Amino acid sequence: MSGFRIATGGLIDRSKPVSFTFDGKHYQGYAGDTLASALLANGVKLVGRSFKYHRPRGILSAGSEEPNALVELRTGAYREPNTRATMAEIFNGLEASSQNRGFSLKYDPMAVNNLLSPFFAAGFYYKTFMWPAKLWEKVYEPMIRRAAGLGRNAGVPDPDTYEKTTAFCDVLVIGGGADGLRAAREAAVSGGRVLVCDENAALETPDLPANVKFLPRTTVFAVYDGGTYAALERLTDHLPVSDAPRQRLTKIVAGRSILATGALERPMVFGHNDKPGSMLAGAVATYITRYGVAPGRNAVLFINNDDAACLIPLLASAKVQISGVVDSRPKSSDLVHNLAREAGVPVFAGAAITRSLGCQSVKGAEIRLNNGGMLKLECDLIASSGGFNPNVALTSHFDGKPVWDDALCAFIPGNLPPGMEVIGKAAGQGINRNIQPCWHVGAHPGKSFVDFQNDVTVKDIRLAHQEGFSSVEHVKRYTTLGMATDQGKTANVNALALLAEATGKTVPETGTTRFRPPYTPVAIGALAGPHKGKFFKPTRRAPTHEFSEAQGAVFVETGLWLRAQYYPRAGEDWLAAAQREVNTVRNHVGICDVTTLGKIDIQGPDAAKFLECVYTNSWTNLAIGRVRYGLMLREDGMVMDDGTTARLGEQHFVMTTTTANAAKVMQHLEFCAQVLWPELDVTFISVTDQWAQIAVAGPDSRATLAKLVDAPFDIGNEAFPYMGCAELTVCGGTPARLFRISFSGELAYEVAVPARYGNALAAKLMEAGAEFGIAPYGTEALGIMRIEKGHAAGPELNGQTTAHDLGLHKLLSKKKDFIGRALAARPALTDPARPTLVGLRPVDGVSIIRAGSHLLPVGAAATAENDQGHVSSAARSPSLGSIALALLANGPARIGEQIRVYDPVRNGDTLAEIVNPVHYDPSGSRLHA
Amino acid sequence: MRIPCPHCGARGVEEFLYTQDAGVTRPKDGGAEPTKEWTDYVYMRDNLKGPRKEYWYHNAGCHAWLVVTRDVSTHEILKVELP
Repeated sequence: MSGFRIATGGLIDRSKPVSFTFDGKHYQGYAGDTLASALLANGVKLVGRSFKYHRPRGILSAGSEEPNALVELRTGAYREPNTRATMAEIFNGLEASSQNRGFSLKYDPMAVNNLLSPFFAAGFYYKTFMWPAKLWEKVYEPMIRRAAGLGRNAGVPDPDTYEKTTAFCDVLVIGGGADGLRAAREAAVSGGRVLVCDENAALETPDLPANVKFLPRTTVFAVYDGGTYAALERLTDHLPVSDAPRQRLTKIVAGRSILATGALERPMVFGHNDKPGSMLAGAVATYITRYGVAPGRNAVLFINNDDAACLIPLLASAKVQISGVVDSRPKSSDLVHNLAREAGVPVFAGAAITRSLGCQSVKGAEIRLNNGGMLKLECDLIASSGGFNPNVALTSHFDGKPVWDDALCAFIPGNLPPGMEVIGKAAGQGINRNIQPCWHVGAHPGKSFVDFQNDVTVKDIRLAHQEGFSSVEHVKRYTTLGMATDQGKTANVNALALLAEATGKTVPETGTTRFRPPYTPVAIGALAGPHKGKFFKPTRRAPTHEFSEAQGAVFVETGLWLRAQYYPRAGEDWLAAAQREVNTVRNHVGICDVTTLGKIDIQGPDAAKFLECVYTNSWTNLAIGRVRYGLMLREDGMVMDDGTTARLGEQHFVMTTTTANAAKVMQHLEFCAQVLWPELDVTFISVTDQWAQIAVAGPDSRATLAKLVDAPFDIGNEAFPYMGCAELTVCGGTPARLFRISFSGELAYEVAVPARYGNALAAKLMEAGAEFGIAPYGTEALGIMRIEKGHAAGPELNGQTTAHDLGLHKLLSKKKDFIGRALAARPALTDPARPTLVGLRPVDGVSIIRAGSHLLPVGAAATAENDQGHVSSAARSPSLGSIALALLANGPARIGEQIRVYDPVRNGDTLAEIVNPVHYDPSGSRLHA
Repeated sequence: MRIPCPHCGARGVEEFLYTQDAGVTRPKDGGAEPTKEWTDYVYMRDNLKGPRKEYWYHNAGCHAWLVVTRDVSTHEILKVELP
C-alpha cells in the first residue's frame, strides 16, 4: 500500500461510493474519480506492462497525455483496449483489466525481454529478422506482434452506437480551464454563440452566461480548413452499458477559436524513471487537489524549474512525507528554498536522481549530489518535473510550425490556423521561466526512458544517431518514438533535446515536434457514426418494390437502387427463372419496373436547342408526340450516356438516362446550361422519383394496356405507332405518360404514373394481362434481351468507347455544334482498328462465352500482343443459347470470321463466330407489330 | 473547407463537388475539327501554386455551378462567383 485517500478535499463526491473491478479484484472509489485516481487511492501502483520490455508500469500523468496506464475497459464485444486510466471515469460495475501481460500483472513471463534488453535496442527487429525473408510474414511478424503490443481488440463487431452532428458557434474555446472559461465569458459579452469544449469531466459545473455552451468530456481533436474543427464527445463512457449512444462526433464550424489547452509537463529522464511510483509533479498535484488522493506516502521531488515547487506545500498539507527536493539547478531558487524550509524538507541543489530503487515499484532514489557524492533516500513516490511544453498540438494541424523558446525550454505556437488565437499556458504565458534545462542526468546504470509507451531510451536515441538516423523524422521511425496512442506528448521534446545533444546542434536546428490529427485516439466507430451496415448508404426502392416482394422477387443492388433481379418459381434457379421470363416476354407479355432510369423533365423556349447541344443527333425536328434515341458524348469525344427523349410539347421534353449515370447526366446538363450556354432559356429538373415507370413488353402488351388506358385514347398501331409518346389517363383518371419504346425488341410500351401508384399499376397490369399469361421480369431477363438485341449498356458505355466503336457514328450530326464534336473527329477515335461492337456465338453451339474473355486470332498464342479485344457482355439466351457482345478490332469487317475466345481466369478457350451484334430480330419487325 | 454559396450561404465542402479548372473557356463555335485550341481546352492544364479558378458544383444543395477562386496551397477561398 502506498497511495491513499486524503481525509478531506478534492472535487469527488464522497457521498457516492462507486464499486469497480480491476483485473477481477473489487475496489471502491467515489463518483468523480478516474480509474487512475481510484486505483491510486486504493494503493494500487502497478497497472500495466510496457510495450517491448514488459516492464512494470504505473500511472505517470493525470490526463490525456498518459503513456503508461493503458487498460482494457468493459468485456466481451464492448471491450475497448488502450484506454487511458487517467481519462476513464469509474462507475458502478466497471470492469477494467491490465493489458500486454502474461498470466498476471505482477508475474509476467515476458518480462524476460527486460533482461534480454541489450538485444532489443532500436532497430532490433530490422537487424535480426532479415533472413530467411520468407519467414517474416508467417513466423516473425505474428510472433513479434504477440509479444509486443498493447491491448486486445474485441474481435467482434462493435455493438455500441455512435452519433454524428454539426455544431455552429461564433467562438470556440478549446479547453475549459481557468483561462478558457475567462476567455469564454469575455467572448460572450458580444452576444455571440460561444462553445467551450473540455476533454475532462466537469467536477464543478462552471457558472457561465446563457450564450455559452459548455461541453465536458469533449476533445477537440483536429482543426480543418474554413474554421472547421472535429470534436469527440464521450456521452456514456462514464456510465454502465446501455442503448444510449456511446460517443458523438461533432463537426464544429466556428467563426474563430481560442486555444486554451494549457501545458503538458515533461518527466525527468533518469535511470529506471519508468517504475510505478515515478510520476509527473503536476499530476501528483492534480491527484491531491482534484481527487483528494495522495499517490504515495513518502515523496522525493526531482525538478529543474519553479513551477513544480508548489507541490511542496501541497504534499505537506496532504500529510505526505517529503524526503527531499532534488533540484538540478546549481543554486535552485529562493522560492524552492523558502517552500522547502517551511515544510522542513532538505533541498539538494545541483543534484540529480541517477536512478530509482526498487523492483516492482519505487522504493527509493539514488542521488548524485553537487559535490559528486552519492546519497540514497527512501521513498515510494518520485515526483519529477523537467519543465512544461505548451500544448501546441492543434496549432500544428494546419501546417503550423511551433517555434523554440529558449527561456522556456519548450516550443510555443508558431503560425496559427486562420481564426485561431492561443492564450494562457498553451501560448507559453504564465509558465514560470525559472528553469534550466536538464535533459538527462548523465551516465548511470539502468535504462532511462524517454518515450515510456514505446520503450525508447536515451541509449536508443544515441544509437539511432550513431547508425546514421540523425533527422528527427528518421529517429522517430527507427525507434518508434512518439508513436502510438499518446503520440509522444510527454516524450517528444526530451527526445529532440537528446538528439540535439548527440548531433551537437541546438534544438531548433534539430527539428520541431509537429502533431497531426487526431489529438487523442478516436474510435473508428465514432468516425463511421451511424453509417454502417445497411445504413452505410441510402437504399432506393422502386415504386413497385412491395409488388415485387409479393411476387417473390430476388433483389439486386444497382447503385443505390434495389431492383428485382428475377422472380423464381418453385424449383427454378436464377437462370431458369430469367429464361422463362424472357420467353414470356417474347411470346406473351411481361412487365418490368424501369423507374430507376434517370428521368429529366426539360422545359423552356430553348429546350430543343439545348438538346442539340448535349446530344450528338438532331432534336429541333422531332415532332410533338414522338420519341427519339439520343447519344451523349463527353467533350473528349467518348460516349457518356444514351437514352430516349420524348417530346411532350413544343417546349417540353422528358429525357431518360441510364440508371448508373442519372446523377452524372443531371450534373452535366447543369454545367451546359449554367456555364456553356447560359443564354439558352431552358430549365429542367430530375423527376426520376416522381414517376413510377413500368415497361409492358411482348406481343400481347397492346391488348393488356388497352384495358387500362382511358377512352378516348387510341392505342392502336396506327394512332400510336412505334416511338410515339402521349400524356393521358389510365385506370379511370390517373394521370399517366405513355411511351412506345422497346428495350426488349418486342412490341412494347413504357407507362408512367405518379410514383405513389406504382404498386397499384403493377397489380392492375397483372390483372389485365392474366389471360395472356403475363409475368413480371427482372434485370436478368432485361439483360438477356438487351444482349439479344445488341443494345449497348454499362459494359459497353465504359468511358473508353466512341460512337464509332458502338456502331453509332451515324448519330453524329454534321450540321451543328454539340459536346464532344470536335475531339470525336480525331482520326485515332474513328480508326477501324479500334475495338468495335460485334456479336459472338460459339462455333460448336454448346460452349459458353463469358464476359471478360479476351479475343485472339485463331491459332495465335495467348499473349498481350495478340489481344484484339474482349467480350463485354454475355448472356444465355433461351432461344439462341450462348451469345455475347464484344469489342473487337476491325470488328464489323470481320463478321463471318472465327475468333478464339480466351478466358485464362476461368479456363475458357472457345472458338466463336463473329456475327452482327443484333442477334435477335435484326430487321426490327417485331417493334412495329 | 467551407464554400460560401451565393444561393445557400456557407456550406461544408462535402456538399460540393470539384470538377474542373475554370481557367479555360470552351472554344466558341469551335467547329468540327480537333484543333489545338480544342485539345488545349480539354487536356492542357496548368498546375500552379496559389490562387486558381475552379468549377465546383453544389451537388447536395442548389445544383449551382460556382467559379471558386481558391488558393490551392492553403485552401483559402478567395472568391465565389456564378459563371
